[in-house]
Amino acid sequence: MSGGEEVLFWVLAPLMVIAAAGLLVVRRAVHAAVCVVFVMIGLAVLYVVQEAPFLGIVQVVVYTGAVMMLFLFVLMLVGVDAADSLTETIRGQRWIGLLLGAGLAAVLLGVVAQATFPPSVGLAQANAVTNPVALARVLLGQYVVAMEVVGILLVTAALAGLVLTHRRRLGKKPTQRALAEAKVAALPTGRQLTPLPAPGVYAQNNAMDTPALGPDGRPLEHSVPRVLRIRGQQRSATELLTAEETLVQHIEPDRRTPDETEEDR
Amino acid sequence: MIPGIAADFSADTIVTTIVKAVLIIVFLLTSVLFAIWFERKVVARMQLRPGPNWHGPIGLLQSLADAMKLLLKEDLTVTRADRVMYLLAPMISVFCALLVFAVIPFGPSVTIPFTDYATPAQLTDFPVATLYILACASIGVYGIVLGGWSSGSTYPLLGAVRSTAQVISYELAMGLSLVSVFIMAGSMSTSSIVESQTSLWWFLPLAPAFVVYIISMVGETNRLPFDLPEAEGELVSGYMTEYSSMKFAWFFLAEYIAMINVSAVAVTLFLGGWRAPWPLSMIGDGVLNTGWWPVLWFLAKVWVLMFFFVWVRGTLLRLRYDQFMVFGWKVLIPFALVWLVALAVFRWAGLAGVTRTQMIVAIVAVFALVMIVLWLWPDKKAPDRPAGGGEGPDGGFDAFAGGYPVPPLPGQTLQASPRARRTVPPAPQAPPADVDAEETR
Repeated sequence: MSGGEEVLFWVLAPLMVIAAAGLLVVRRAVHAAVCVVFVMIGLAVLYVVQEAPFLGIVQVVVYTGAVMMLFLFVLMLVGVDAADSLTETIRGQRWIGLLLGAGLAAVLLGVVAQATFPPSVGLAQANAVTNPVALARVLLGQYVVAMEVVGILLVTAALAGLVLTHRRRLGKKPTQRALAEAKVAALPTGRQLTPLPAPGVYAQNNAMDTPALGPDGRPLEHSVPRVLRIRGQQRSATELLTAEETLVQHIEPDRRTPDETEEDR
Repeated sequence: MIPGIAADFSADTIVTTIVKAVLIIVFLLTSVLFAIWFERKVVARMQLRPGPNWHGPIGLLQSLADAMKLLLKEDLTVTRADRVMYLLAPMISVFCALLVFAVIPFGPSVTIPFTDYATPAQLTDFPVATLYILACASIGVYGIVLGGWSSGSTYPLLGAVRSTAQVISYELAMGLSLVSVFIMAGSMSTSSIVESQTSLWWFLPLAPAFVVYIISMVGETNRLPFDLPEAEGELVSGYMTEYSSMKFAWFFLAEYIAMINVSAVAVTLFLGGWRAPWPLSMIGDGVLNTGWWPVLWFLAKVWVLMFFFVWVRGTLLRLRYDQFMVFGWKVLIPFALVWLVALAVFRWAGLAGVTRTQMIVAIVAVFALVMIVLWLWPDKKAPDRPAGGGEGPDGGFDAFAGGYPVPPLPGQTLQASPRARRTVPPAPQAPPADVDAEETR
């Protein structure tokens, strides 16, 4: 390891360990996902530093950018928000888990204790034609059959995913033209072609429960959402207008209301 | 010198790198201020209104004033927000947007004025630089997704979900179109790709890939007509609905930097990078391709693409979400895949020693074959749509026979409307009961 590489490792590695430990501690699934993302990006940086830029970048593009994003997507949509329940679904799974974890720790400790790190051999030679080209020669030359097999496996899995989640449509999908024709045909039954008018905006009031005024000055009842109308929660426009006129009278007693003007005429 | 890249960074010290990084950030921030003014002014011009014209000469300081206003506004945090993620999301967005320009070449090796010190006009480059740009873009989406989720509100969540789906879908098409350039240039490093466009810019021979890139770059930056994650009319403003003040400004900044980023990538990969456009490149044996001139060409090309962004925004309407997804998955990606396979075959044939004449003959033959098949393909039968108008019960023209009103065809005469018929004075001896029936109808 060169100097810069060592500094980067000792800065990044503890942060990665903290993030990985955070995965166990945090209570919300999305926070756990973000911890994993951090570990993945840290790993990618370490790959790049160790002169495997292609692997590092692909790690970010594929795992962080696509796979983890899909995980997050599902987490957000399903709404796995509350802390997981701590009831055991398999009897004694905690003890089995602890036992397996201890075993893994023992194996890893053994490997780390026995490992010696001789200086890397042949890295410059392998990367002489640039890292991606060298990698391509190995993967698409020496291991081309394995690559193809993995490719076929992945395509099969993707197809299986499509087939398993496929639902046959019961009716024909209505086209935009058919929908438009149905709308026009429903005109005699009182349906509108245009979107419904938005609720009213008054000088002092702007809420969903106040009807808008039509061009003729009459309130448009259907501008209030249907739910509010059914619950009887809409307000009358007259009440609002009276309140506003009272206020105007209060502020400017000289000002005449439209009705008075008309009378004068 | 790093193998596999054209630019020579061997003279760079840590100071040079820091200076370049700072210059890039300054460049990006000022460009964003200019881009906002530029967009508002150009869109205004297209909509026949003056646009910002009050602060500074021709309104140039308008964006500065807006930025100041955003800085000084109250920073709201929604009660239901997830505090950490709510703060982290805009940071991720801006950070990832700023990363991309590290590998964009502004020019070839330039000499610092009054010294002999020469350095590439580029922060860094490595053999997988273009993939690095894709990686930055894909991490930038986390800002949008987490921002939408952490707001704890419906519209932002919907915007975030849309945005994820959109960016993932369009990044596939974008990646596929970039692969064509990798195949032709034989490298993924930005400086080598610019180097490979000395005689011919890739947008001409790789025109289909260029078109796919241009479409997917608009999709990638969430701009009209693909601005579904924001969709003012449907989602208020999508993932940034609950953001205010500086956090909102960060999202805003990230969005505009992303526009400059994708434009710069398009210029570097398809439009010859910093190379002078054709008639200018002939002057004085390519003197305009040396020294500081290339920075000018690079910026000019980037701003032409930025103008394209604004032009598209001023022209096109927003797509419906399902149409947008169908377009991405069923049109853009298959097209990009077919083009890629065709290009790979072409390239392989070139490497295998097939002459250009043979290739042209083969292409013409395949084209002719496709045309013949298309010509012989049976026509799709026109659906039997009911004729609009028809015979009414009384034998006259009935505009409503097909379900909705249509005008009469030549030869048919339109009957008087019920309202027009009503003006006919009723017969004096008609019984009053009939009149009632008429009115209630």
